[in-house]
Amino acid sequence: MTPAISVSGLIKDFGPTRALDGLDLTVRTGEVHGFLGPNGAGKSTTIRVLLGLLRADGGSARMLGGDPWRDAAALHRRLAYVPGDVSLWPNLTGGEVIDLLGRLRGGLDQKRRARLLERFELDPRKKGRAYSKGNRQKVALVAALASDVELLILDEPTSGLDPLVDAVFRECVEEERGRRTVLLSSHVLAEVEALCDRVSIIRGGRTVETGTLAELRHLTRTSVTAELAAPPTGLAELPGVHGLEVRGTRVAFEVDTGHLDAALGALVGAGVRALTSRPPTLEELFLRHYRDQPPVAATR
Amino acid sequence: MSALVGTGALIRLALRRDRVLLPVWVVCLAGVTVATGSAVGELYGTAESRALLATTAGGNPAFLALLGPLHDSTTAGGLLAWRWGVFGSLLTALAAMSLVTRHTRAEEETGRLELLGATAIGRRAPLAAAVSVSALACALIGAACALGLVGMGEGVAGSVAFGLGFAAVGLVFTAVGAVTAQLSATARTANALAGGALGAAYLLRAVGDAAGERGPSWLTWLSPIGWFEQLRPFAQERWWVLPLALGLALALVTGAWVLVARRDLGGGLLPTRPGAARAPRSLGSALGLAWRLQRGMLLGWALGMFVLGGVYGAVARGVEEMLTSNPLLAQLIARMGGSGALVDVYLASILGVVGLFSAVYAVQAALRPRSEEIALRAEPVLATPVRRTRWVAGHLLFATIGNAVVLAAAGLGAGLVHGLRVGDVGGQVARLVGAALVHAPAAWVVAGLALALFGLAPKLVPACWAVLVLLLVLGQLGPLLQLDRWAMDLSPFTHVPEVPGAEVSATPLVWLTVVAAALAAVGLLGFRRRDVG
Ligand SMILES: Nc1ncnc2c1ncn2[C@@H]1O[C@H](COP(=O)(O)OP(=O)(O)OP(=O)(O)O)[C@@H](O)[C@H]1O
Ligand SMILES: [Mg+2]
Repeated sequence: MTPAISVSGLIKDFGPTRALDGLDLTVRTGEVHGFLGPNGAGKSTTIRVLLGLLRADGGSARMLGGDPWRDAAALHRRLAYVPGDVSLWPNLTGGEVIDLLGRLRGGLDQKRRARLLERFELDPRKKGRAYSKGNRQKVALVAALASDVELLILDEPTSGLDPLVDAVFRECVEEERGRRTVLLSSHVLAEVEALCDRVSIIRGGRTVETGTLAELRHLTRTSVTAELAAPPTGLAELPGVHGLEVRGTRVAFEVDTGHLDAALGALVGAGVRALTSRPPTLEELFLRHYRDQPPVAATR
Repeated sequence: MSALVGTGALIRLALRRDRVLLPVWVVCLAGVTVATGSAVGELYGTAESRALLATTAGGNPAFLALLGPLHDSTTAGGLLAWRWGVFGSLLTALAAMSLVTRHTRAEEETGRLELLGATAIGRRAPLAAAVSVSALACALIGAACALGLVGMGEGVAGSVAFGLGFAAVGLVFTAVGAVTAQLSATARTANALAGGALGAAYLLRAVGDAAGERGPSWLTWLSPIGWFEQLRPFAQERWWVLPLALGLALALVTGAWVLVARRDLGGGLLPTRPGAARAPRSLGSALGLAWRLQRGMLLGWALGMFVLGGVYGAVARGVEEMLTSNPLLAQLIARMGGSGALVDVYLASILGVVGLFSAVYAVQAALRPRSEEIALRAEPVLATPVRRTRWVAGHLLFATIGNAVVLAAAGLGAGLVHGLRVGDVGGQVARLVGAALVHAPAAWVVAGLALALFGLAPKLVPACWAVLVLLLVLGQLGPLLQLDRWAMDLSPFTHVPEVPGAEVSATPLVWLTVVAAALAAVGLLGFRRRDVG
């Protein structure tokens, strides 16, 4: 099956600023794809190129089998979009905005609309400015989720939502899993972990990592602390062990996930009284990608 | 006072943001004032010509409605106060009120003020800063005009009164803008409310000035623009009028001062009622959305122009009456084609003003897509199957057909009232609606220019407003300033046949329409190719 989105070598310049610098992104049909990166990495810019709002300066982008710039109108029939900054018309109510966007997209499912309004606890009778930030976000979410489309493009959809609504959003995406493709840009790692089949991490307009969370985890380290019967021997020499600290019979270290087995063997040899091992948190994983690489030149 | 903390910083910020706009307003207004002063002085160079002007234009209700009374025709300054006082006051007021909303409500609407409001900035500081900057602009405009007139060799007292008169009108509308910015939650509504007040001020004095001895001439006194006339620069200045303007400005600013503390940041005072939970059937297409966004403005303009047309139409008959009362003139006019012809000349000239005003509406309507884009509301719509050209075309319909509606409303108002007075409603309505509509192609050209800028160089879009002011000056003062033919030809309104009265030839209208269409096409093509946002 052809991927829902395939982008390669995408370049976008804003005057002297290079926002996208050879970005690659593949979103398979039916998956929920996390799109991550530090502020200003180029997530929203990529999404705007995919929506045909910005014109790429180089590289290629295909979406749903079409060209995002040339076939914009036809492709838009098959997708729904939640922008990062939701701005509503001051003289339109939330309900009117939902209906309008749905109709522009070619109709929306009335039952689903009613159900979503209820689940998100959104009052559709207020006008633009009377909504709080989170409620504006909800209007955009309901409008997108209520339409019958193949692809959802969501740019930080849960920024400003309270934890309860956040949970509702996750349920909604969960229910649609497999039926729709979702591209989800987010800074909320727990959300990415809960929802995404695969993730792409970008930085300075380039893709630095892409794969399933399991694959990414594999590249990381497990932290281990243990209370032993006797001081350990030979642990420091093992490959893949980092940051070893030994205080009497207490040890703490990090180990590459591929070398976990040998390290545990060494502990067992010394007699284990207590053991905690923590798989790498996503935070650690992402922070490494966000921080550790040298910044890619953003200015030509 | 803690509510004012940070005012100085905000004033500096506003001055920095307006470092181009402010000097442009001051230089242009003062420049046009001085140029008009010397031109009008030369045109009426002899004592006889000035005396004739005083008896004809000075006492003629039509001219009174359009320009106000001519108090003293013996000096160039006196002539200038008559010829340019009302329009100059209008422009000064426009500058002042747009400055105030720009730095108060517009900032609040975009959320920028919230960013500042969270720093050490008092609740009333933004209002105080905006009013100060606008007051400074008014003072500079007044001072530049006064200095220019003194430099021209006009009397010092008159020049100072003239400058203070402009500054006073500006101050009043600074205060009006300060109040409307508190009332409504959007800068658009705040500007519309202030614009409505300005229109009312213009009309009140038009009716009052034209009313004559027996009529409701006191209406002029209700209008801040009327106060400029009553100040009588260069005609035994009545300085005691100035405190009236200052008092009103102070009262209004105090009102805004109180209101700003009564409301929330971002909120207005006009209540927002809950609306419909479901969209009406009409709201389901790009055109439906454009209709929803534009209908209020269209209705407001149509009503305003209807009233304006009515007021202008009400005094058309006066042209005739004045002529028959002066046998010498009547003879002269009879030779020129009769008094009917002169009424037509008057009607044609007021429809010229109406046409220019309608161009302001056309540009506002044509630029709606740009403001939607800036407010990030274009994105969600353009991410649906709506094509870019479709989206813009929906708004363009208002700039073209909407403009025709606005013009027809003015023609209808003039035709109804003038028709009632001469006992030929049907005939006059048909004639004047037609004559008003003749200006539509010229307004379309201006709207087309706005659209071309939108498509090709969106950052330059604000230049449209400068173009409109230029067209107003060309139209009102071009012949007086004896500008070269090519300069006059730059304005599309120069090419509009002067109806009623003149022959209507289709050629210029077709050409104007073609130019407008070409500009619009260029804009649409440009917009299809450029980045959104
Ligand atoms: N219209 C524009 N003009 C100039 N530069 C822009 C424009 N839009 C984006 N940029 C620049 O492009 C880069 C990428 O911005 P983008 O909005 O895509 O980041 P992002 O990954 O979405 O960040 P965030 O997480 O903060 O939303 C930034 O350096 C930004 O300054
Ligand atoms: Mg973003």
